[in-house]
Amino acid sequence: MTEQVVRLPLATDTALDAPAEWEELRARCPVAHASLPSGDTAVYLTRYEHVRSLLSDARFVRPTANDNAARVAPDGVGGAAATGSSTALPDRGEPHRRWRRRVGKYFTAKRMAALRPGMTAMAEDLVDAMVEQGAPADLRAGLGFPLPVYVICDLLGVPADDRDRFSHWSDTFLSVTRFSAEEIRDAQAEFVAYMAGHIAAKRAEPADDLLSALIQGTPDAEDAEDAEGLSDDELVATGMGLLVAGHETTANMIGKMVSMLLEDRSRWEQLLADPALVRTAVEESLRFDANLGFGLRRYISEDIEIDGEPVPAGSTVVCSMPAANRDERAFAGADGMDLARLPNPHLTFGAGPHSCLGQALARTELQVVLETLLTRLPTLRLAVPAAELRKTEGLLVGGLREVPVAW
Amino acid sequence: MKLSADEDRCCGAGACVLAAPEVFDQRDEDGVVVLLDDTPGDDRHAAAREAAAMCPAAAIEVTEAP
Repeated sequence: MTEQVVRLPLATDTALDAPAEWEELRARCPVAHASLPSGDTAVYLTRYEHVRSLLSDARFVRPTANDNAARVAPDGVGGAAATGSSTALPDRGEPHRRWRRRVGKYFTAKRMAALRPGMTAMAEDLVDAMVEQGAPADLRAGLGFPLPVYVICDLLGVPADDRDRFSHWSDTFLSVTRFSAEEIRDAQAEFVAYMAGHIAAKRAEPADDLLSALIQGTPDAEDAEDAEGLSDDELVATGMGLLVAGHETTANMIGKMVSMLLEDRSRWEQLLADPALVRTAVEESLRFDANLGFGLRRYISEDIEIDGEPVPAGSTVVCSMPAANRDERAFAGADGMDLARLPNPHLTFGAGPHSCLGQALARTELQVVLETLLTRLPTLRLAVPAAELRKTEGLLVGGLREVPVAW
Repeated sequence: MKLSADEDRCCGAGACVLAAPEVFDQRDEDGVVVLLDDTPGDDRHAAAREAAAMCPAAAIEVTEAP
């Protein structure tokens, strides 16, 4: 490790570009020192091998409030995702595995495939509304932002009329700097109150949704604890977790994916010519996205070595998945998009026991969006030069402020 | 080709089912991997290899025939 400190987040020339420092860091300083917006320092990993292996290491998890770990943002700033989330959910070991399997069974590839027709109908309606208003349109506002929150509301059994409130809460939870501490507290209180009422209603009248199923548990499970449903606290925390993990991330990814595919329009034309590439094109967009945020934190609870460098207990490590995804050691032609790349073991959903629970959901949504746009709006193009796209400020999950398109 | 899947490591992400639905499934009760065919035919080798590479938990092992 050198004494030079990398200041996160790294700047880029344009919104879709990767920071120039990544290549340098991977080559010369793969285990670097970094400073976070909070002023705290962390170890910064940029090589595929190191990022994958640390994220897969079950000994280390995301920092909790008690760890005195490096904070992303200063105290009092930032929502649940910035400060490290609720304590109602188990975050490690067997209890975490148990919770994950109880919730995870609703996110299997098969269940997500069953949701596909409903998602397609929602995406088509949103595209129709966008077309009705005429070009140019903002694809983020018209499709990227609403679709994932509609899908989560459906999963939770939340009525369509309340979707906009969920959008607002989600926005607030993820903010690092955009909302005041008071606004964030208010949003959390409103959300908890809403969910308490919603859960009570579902307990009284269960329906065919994720929340009702989690309330009921699995009565025929062999294990008594698995048979029981989740407690109210766990249900509220699970609902918040779904919003925080599943809304802004997917919303931003929709905007970034479409922008990357239109930035060089030969990519879009390749998909029009061969729609069977949608699945691999989605994976490649996930890999190529340089704006994933600065990475996942891990709190190091015992002395370890990474690449021969000692990383003492008490350190916080930031694993840069987007830097790892551009590592030539893992991906041939890593700096270019290959829409047919196969296999594509990118780390955008993390790795190991904490890898994204909703990845089959996210993949399905992204495939649906791409299929819908290719079918409905084959003439789609960016309405501004890609260099004029602007990043969102103040959010943990990187995205584009607007995605102006025409057709 | 011989496949094995480690249920304890599995984190239920479903990446294997998306890559090779004829070879892998997930249990309804907890989302854990189910190996439908541990010796898939030649036409499914590429998909099975992709599933192993995509598994975020590295729970799928592929042993290629010598």
